[in-house]
Amino acid sequence: METVKKHFFSDMSVMLGRSMRHIFRSVDTIITVTIMPIGFMLLFVYVFGGAIQSGTDNYVNYLLPGILLIAIASGISYTAYRLFMDMQGGIFERFHSMPITRSTILWGHVLTSLISNGISVAVIILVALIMGFRSPAGLLAWFAVAGILALFTLALTWIAAIAGLSAKTVDGVSAFSYPIIFLAFISSAFVPTESMPPAVRAFAENQPVTAIVDAIRALLSDQPVGNDIWIALAWCIGITIVAYIFAMRAYKKRV
Amino acid sequence: MEKAIQVKGLQKSFKQLHVLNGVDFEVEQGSVFALLGSNGAGKTTIVKILTTLLKQDGGTAVVNGFDVALKPDNVRQSISLTGQFAAVDEILTGLENLIMIAKLRHLKNPGVVTDNLLKRFGLTDAADRRVSTYSGGMHRRLDIAMSLVGTPELIFLDEPTNGLDPEARIEVWKIVKELADSGTTVFLTTQYLEEAEQLADQIAILHKGRIIANGTLAELKKLIPPAKVEYVEKQPTLEEIFLAVIGKKEEK
Repeated sequence: METVKKHFFSDMSVMLGRSMRHIFRSVDTIITVTIMPIGFMLLFVYVFGGAIQSGTDNYVNYLLPGILLIAIASGISYTAYRLFMDMQGGIFERFHSMPITRSTILWGHVLTSLISNGISVAVIILVALIMGFRSPAGLLAWFAVAGILALFTLALTWIAAIAGLSAKTVDGVSAFSYPIIFLAFISSAFVPTESMPPAVRAFAENQPVTAIVDAIRALLSDQPVGNDIWIALAWCIGITIVAYIFAMRAYKKRV
Repeated sequence: MEKAIQVKGLQKSFKQLHVLNGVDFEVEQGSVFALLGSNGAGKTTIVKILTTLLKQDGGTAVVNGFDVALKPDNVRQSISLTGQFAAVDEILTGLENLIMIAKLRHLKNPGVVTDNLLKRFGLTDAADRRVSTYSGGMHRRLDIAMSLVGTPELIFLDEPTNGLDPEARIEVWKIVKELADSGTTVFLTTQYLEEAEQLADQIAILHKGRIIANGTLAELKKLIPPAKVEYVEKQPTLEEIFLAVIGKKEEK
């Protein structure tokens, strides 16, 4: 019997092209993932910034890592939404009944998430530069920052996949991203943890966002990163693995 | 005659619910087969098993010579599914939808194929509009057009006229008849008896997880006592009036 030839890369590029079109045709998505974090940045630097004692003279430098994480956290809620919409309509069934490489159906969304979040991170860094962000970091440190952000995106994307694949209603789909955004506020993203009451401080210092923010901040300011980078990497990789397992379980249940 | 579909003893349960209790039937190549049944009879479950979306618990199903459980990739290559819910991408344009499917079927000349389909389904003018602006009938036409990309030998249409207005329903009937004329095998599910009567060469009735009747319309008619001759004044149905008023006549 004849075997069916698989076309992983060509199928993947079709899936990627499809969901990237979805992003660029949705004004709502672009506003939420780029304009909103930039708004946060303007608000914190020019409104609250004067009153916040961050211990640096350049608050944009201090703030940027946290803003980037918030942008990614709100970006991935759209990945969940797009997955959910695909499950709801008949398009998933159509793809599954076609002779394509099935894994590209899910990985297309994951790759789209990485690329689109990469674009919004780049745009936010450009705006930060205009607002006075300066970094002495070398190329290697920037690569490390890009790597951490990509891993963070991957980890959150798989969490988003769980939500998108198992949610029953469209409201339930994006609800999960709010706790993640909230985590950024109870972290070292906006103010040093030393200023918090002991219980809150203990929480803030032991949750993933603080480790990731501190690692990126150290890399961008050309300071020694110490243990933060390993803790940050461990969180990202750990979350990715656990979320991937649960996402695949949810996926198998639906197909 | 070659068989497009051979199903033997098909069984499927969802937890405690036995949906299929040993379904048997065969579909001839190039024919239009209608699976008739009320809501929840298990029609969609059969379609999902035959299109490799669902695995059966027992029995065998062979589609175009390939066992669905053992050779799902070969089955997928030779079929196309138009499911109950329109499987179109609302955010893309009609043309982009067709090109997407053409690329996923790895066709050499997607442009030519899609142009022909747009023309055939009367969507050329709407090709560059987003599908979210399409009417219900246009949605369904695009949906079926997407299933024809790459000319598969066997097409599954799961309740293709569900939720369509009479005009759009007649359009879909016309498409099915054209498909049959071109030699494509059509597997159709419906809960409208008239639809099966209009389109199908062979009709099977699914009830409580089994096929309780199977044959041509003439054969099925023999199952009930011979018709008595009665004289009844034929009043136009509201549907006939509706179609006459809006100036479209059903093409027979």
